Amino acid sequence: MALLEIKNLHVEIDGKEILKGLDLAVNAGEVHAIMGPNGSGKSTLAYVLAGKADYEPTEGEVRFDGRNLFDMAPDERAAAGLFLAFQYPLEIPGVATMTFLRTALNAQRKKRGEGELSTPEFIKKVREVAAKLNIDQDMLRRAVNVGFSGGEKKRNEVLQMALLEPRLAVLDETDSGLDIDALRIVADGVNRLRTPQRAFVVITHYQRLLNYIVPDVVHVLSRGRIVKTGGKELALELEARGYHEYQEEVPA
Amino acid sequence: MNAEVTTIKTAAETALATAFNQARAQLPGDNAVAAQRKAAFDLFAKEGLPHRRVEDWKYTDLRALMRDAKPLASPPDAAAKARARTAGKLLGDVEARRLVFVDGAFVPELSDLAGQEAGLSIGSLADALGGDATVAAHLGKVAPAGDVAVALNTALMGDGAVIRVAAGATIGRPLHLLFVAADKPAATFTRSLVVVGEGARVMLIESHEGPPGSDYQVNAAVELVVGERAHVDHVKIIGEGAQALHVSTLAAAVGAKARFNTFTFTIGGAVVRNQMFLNLDGEETVAGIRGATLIKGQQHADTTLVVNHIARSCQSREVFKTVLDGEAHGVFQGRIIVRHGAQKTDAKMMTQALLLSDRAEADNKPELEIYADDVQCGHGATAGALDDELKFYLMARGIPAVEAEALLIQAFLGEAIEGIEHAGLREALMDQVAEWLKARGS
Repeated sequence: MALLEIKNLHVEIDGKEILKGLDLAVNAGEVHAIMGPNGSGKSTLAYVLAGKADYEPTEGEVRFDGRNLFDMAPDERAAAGLFLAFQYPLEIPGVATMTFLRTALNAQRKKRGEGELSTPEFIKKVREVAAKLNIDQDMLRRAVNVGFSGGEKKRNEVLQMALLEPRLAVLDETDSGLDIDALRIVADGVNRLRTPQRAFVVITHYQRLLNYIVPDVVHVLSRGRIVKTGGKELALELEARGYHEYQEEVPA
Repeated sequence: MNAEVTTIKTAAETALATAFNQARAQLPGDNAVAAQRKAAFDLFAKEGLPHRRVEDWKYTDLRALMRDAKPLASPPDAAAKARARTAGKLLGDVEARRLVFVDGAFVPELSDLAGQEAGLSIGSLADALGGDATVAAHLGKVAPAGDVAVALNTALMGDGAVIRVAAGATIGRPLHLLFVAADKPAATFTRSLVVVGEGARVMLIESHEGPPGSDYQVNAAVELVVGERAHVDHVKIIGEGAQALHVSTLAAAVGAKARFNTFTFTIGGAVVRNQMFLNLDGEETVAGIRGATLIKGQQHADTTLVVNHIARSCQSREVFKTVLDGEAHGVFQGRIIVRHGAQKTDAKMMTQALLLSDRAEADNKPELEIYADDVQCGHGATAGALDDELKFYLMARGIPAVEAEALLIQAFLGEAIEGIEHAGLREALMDQVAEWLKARGS
């Protein structure tokens, strides 16, 4: 069975249907790219997987490692190994990054019945990961994302991912707002985490990121449905020809 | 035709009048003090308990909230003193010189009077009312005589601390005025006077606590004189029992080039009115005026603040944060007055309420009155629920809802609590916050 199995998923926001029968299966070890024009439902897919309120699934089902995802609160999904790298990471004034990371990691470990990490173990782990992502100690001492540049916020997302070691990471337009150097750092961070046990869903508007994070499968999302699936060459094709042909109603 | 409005006295007003008439002969002090008491009581007799049509008490209708007036507390017996021995936990393990007041009376045998630093003098108000020069010079001169809560305090003040810090003295250990109510439903009126000399340094902690099952009443006033270039930190912890009515006043006259910080932490009591009247009398003083309030259930907590910029080039920062759960009612009234001639005043006030329940109510009333033309003043007020987006972000990282809320609430209050210079005290208060949140989550 696939690690993530989405069948005929319909999702509404404020009574408006955004996802209209989406199917997707992602196996452990795979990297899937989801590309699509603005408004196609890419971020809705990311948020509904993470469990954001107001994203109302009305039909279909999502199974994560065999469990019904919609029976789980957002924190339970995270503890089960689902991670969403936010397109717009939030600033949390007054909460130190280290406190945040530690609270998150220990909450997940506790829920999985693992012991909490000791302070030295935790600090060692954070420092190792941070060094690889060019995140300096000063950033870790500051409040979560407060005063961070766009690139720093995205690197902080990857830092969290590396620390929390999810089984499935959903990257929602992680490339947006990044210059080429920051993009490379972020992509390297992701690539280091690729293992046969871990899967990625990389949501992006542009093909650029996929030069660095090379996908196994590329899907085109349009009007709330996956309308085409192919290999990594599909991304290049989209880059060359644009999305317009997918924005027309697909003939039945 | 002039309609003469006759107000019918409430049970509480009648009881207070009876208490004053019965006690006045026994209350401490010489003739001058007796005259001061009489004048203050006359003001109360004329005004009555403040009610909602009095603007300064609009949201805290004491006449309605105070159904009766408790009898004046009698001197604490051995059992009451024994109970007071376990008090003071609100402070965690902050090292301080304790001055203990049980049911409003100073108890030297529970207090730590040994090894006083040079320049420090500690006495009881009951003793000092008999003609002490410092008391004669300052008592009743700092607090506004026209305030009814202060007037009642002046009329009925029984005891309190009289503390003098000599010019240039640095008092290393914080002084902790620990007010404990024993379990009788009685009323206490304490009045303390603290006079800090030029260039002296001292930290003053004031805490109020009592048993949860007793509907006692507290009216506590502190008058504080801060000398030029002195550095005074004042922290008040209102941790009264769940049924208590607490009215307290801090009145301060701050001299030139001083550093003055005051922080109020309100967590206990059924009805709390915390009022501050602060006069920045000398130039170039820097004042930090902050507070954090956590209330739930039916608690009512009112913070009323008047900061008077009288001299030029003073800076004041006012930061007040309130967290409300259940049907709690929080009030903040903050008035900054910049007098004629107080040019180059720099005053910024921020008040924020975080409502954890739909049934909680927060009233924010910031006011600026400016009579000088070269000043920088501003105020901001917000009231709202926890940010759902932030909560989701935390939950998406695996942090359960209650813990995510706790982190955000701690961060919210932390912004005010950070203003306390004493690290141990900051920690003790954050621990209190954590306890409060834990009780909420369970």
